[in-house]
Amino acid sequence: MYEQLTHIFTQVLTHIVGVFFNNLLPQIGVGGSVETLEKVPWDNVVYGLVVLAALGVVFGIALAIVAARFVVKTDPKVEKVRDVLPGANCGACGFAGCMGYAEAVVGNPDVAVNMCAPGKSAVAEKIAEITGKKAEKVDPKIARVFCQGGNSLSQRKFIYTGVMDCTAAVLAAGGDKSCEYGCLGYATCMRACPFEAITMSADNLPIISKEKCTACGKCVAACPKQVIELAVESKAVVISCHSRDKGADTKKKCQVGCIACGICVRTCPVDAIKIDNNVARIDHGKCVVCGLCIRKCPTNAIRDYIPVRPKAFIDPSKCAGIDVCEKVCPVSAISGDIRSVHVVNQEKCIGCRMCESRCPKKAITMIEAPSSGAVKKPAQAQEPVTV
Amino acid sequence: MHINWEHVVTIFIASALINNFVFSRYLGLCIFFGVTKKMETAVGMSFTFTAVMLIGAALNWVIYEYVMIPFHLGFLKIVIFIGVVAAFVQAADTIMKKVTPALYYKLGIYLALIVTNCIILAVPLINAEEHYGLFESMSLALGSGLGFSLALIIMASIREKLELADVPRSFQGLPISFVLTGLIALAFLGFSGMITL
Repeated sequence: MYEQLTHIFTQVLTHIVGVFFNNLLPQIGVGGSVETLEKVPWDNVVYGLVVLAALGVVFGIALAIVAARFVVKTDPKVEKVRDVLPGANCGACGFAGCMGYAEAVVGNPDVAVNMCAPGKSAVAEKIAEITGKKAEKVDPKIARVFCQGGNSLSQRKFIYTGVMDCTAAVLAAGGDKSCEYGCLGYATCMRACPFEAITMSADNLPIISKEKCTACGKCVAACPKQVIELAVESKAVVISCHSRDKGADTKKKCQVGCIACGICVRTCPVDAIKIDNNVARIDHGKCVVCGLCIRKCPTNAIRDYIPVRPKAFIDPSKCAGIDVCEKVCPVSAISGDIRSVHVVNQEKCIGCRMCESRCPKKAITMIEAPSSGAVKKPAQAQEPVTV
Repeated sequence: MHINWEHVVTIFIASALINNFVFSRYLGLCIFFGVTKKMETAVGMSFTFTAVMLIGAALNWVIYEYVMIPFHLGFLKIVIFIGVVAAFVQAADTIMKKVTPALYYKLGIYLALIVTNCIILAVPLINAEEHYGLFESMSLALGSGLGFSLALIIMASIREKLELADVPRSFQGLPISFVLTGLIALAFLGFSGMITL
């Protein structure tokens, strides 16, 4: 019974397979350059299957051996660090892309965790956590524009009608601006910014968004006039001019240029300003961001990136009338007799914070007052200083 | 084994110039347009491509000659050739990563692109079709590889200049590259009278 069944079954199966291979396949066609056969030889099919299977097995084993033999151990930390990094591959860290920095920071103990400028301190902390290195505080940087001479405040040598791009305009006799150190205003930096942090003001000057700027340095590299520099964000007082022309020349070309008159040098209480090559520069290591120079500058070339400065307020219950504040105040805004409560004249106070740290009783606090007429507005035409 | 050296040289010149894969057979255009935006990538691709082409053609010739012909498996050419190339490239990828990491980071990204490239498949197929010997096959592979490299480098150098050209908006990018390829192909037509196979 069993044998009979097997016999019938085998015969049926053979018949079906035979019909399939001998009648169906040739009609489907083999294609390519293979000569069409009336019947596909059985052995061909079997060989084909065997050879393909054998090749598959051989390749599989070979690849497995290769993979096992030449395995490259990657530190899982590298992957983790790479996931933490912004992935912009901007190169601000000095390595070839985010992967390069991830490998370096994991593999090399001398590479600091805070080198990713776009990531700022949040990323530095995470990297420190992964690598077990000490996180150092990142002093965040920002791109600053060293020119305030927009179209309305500066002179032009000629009318430029070429390609609206600074790198193109600079080829035409160094650009159309009379001042050869100034911003040309054709927005090359805006297009270079990968984070859309730069917009152009109505007066054709770049405005850098404090929130969006990651200090990657793409705009610094893109600007053909080197008008943009990276600077420490907390040092918010900047002499926004690069003009190395003589004072008189600068004055002819631009209303807000640095004429190297030296008033700021004499004004600065901490000797942070120096004049070099007909332009004043602030040593940001020394600068205390008091803002005194801003008020004294005759051409408004110094720019304050603090939109509203909080003003000093003396707590009458704490004030012992020691009089240090009155002596220290550069604008004589504080008055009062010795051993009696002193008062700050809010109209005069410029929010320089000089008195705040000097009061031994800690009676002075800085309070953000609604801006009054005493605050000298910057002269440039561009509206709100969105920094 | 008798080798017809004249034939070998002829095949080499024919495959590099007259029957240039890109300009006269219009094969491998995906990579051709993909990597020619920059000279650096074009040169990197050229080296990798020629090397893979040579080794792949040799492997495929051996398998065709000593496995497929004895078993009458000519009809499985496409499947087996692409399998051989894929396995070889994968192995090369792994070995390179371990042995020469510097080279791997420079050329590794191109390897993955090459696996499914049609020229890599076309060369062993032509070898099989024409029943070329080992030297003739290698000559075809080297010629095709160098011909492709030539195409890549010509195109890359033109496209770097093209960045500065004032191209009409609707032609910018790929369209103008296709137009250019057509023009170069016309120029390559001039080689066709050089030799007759």
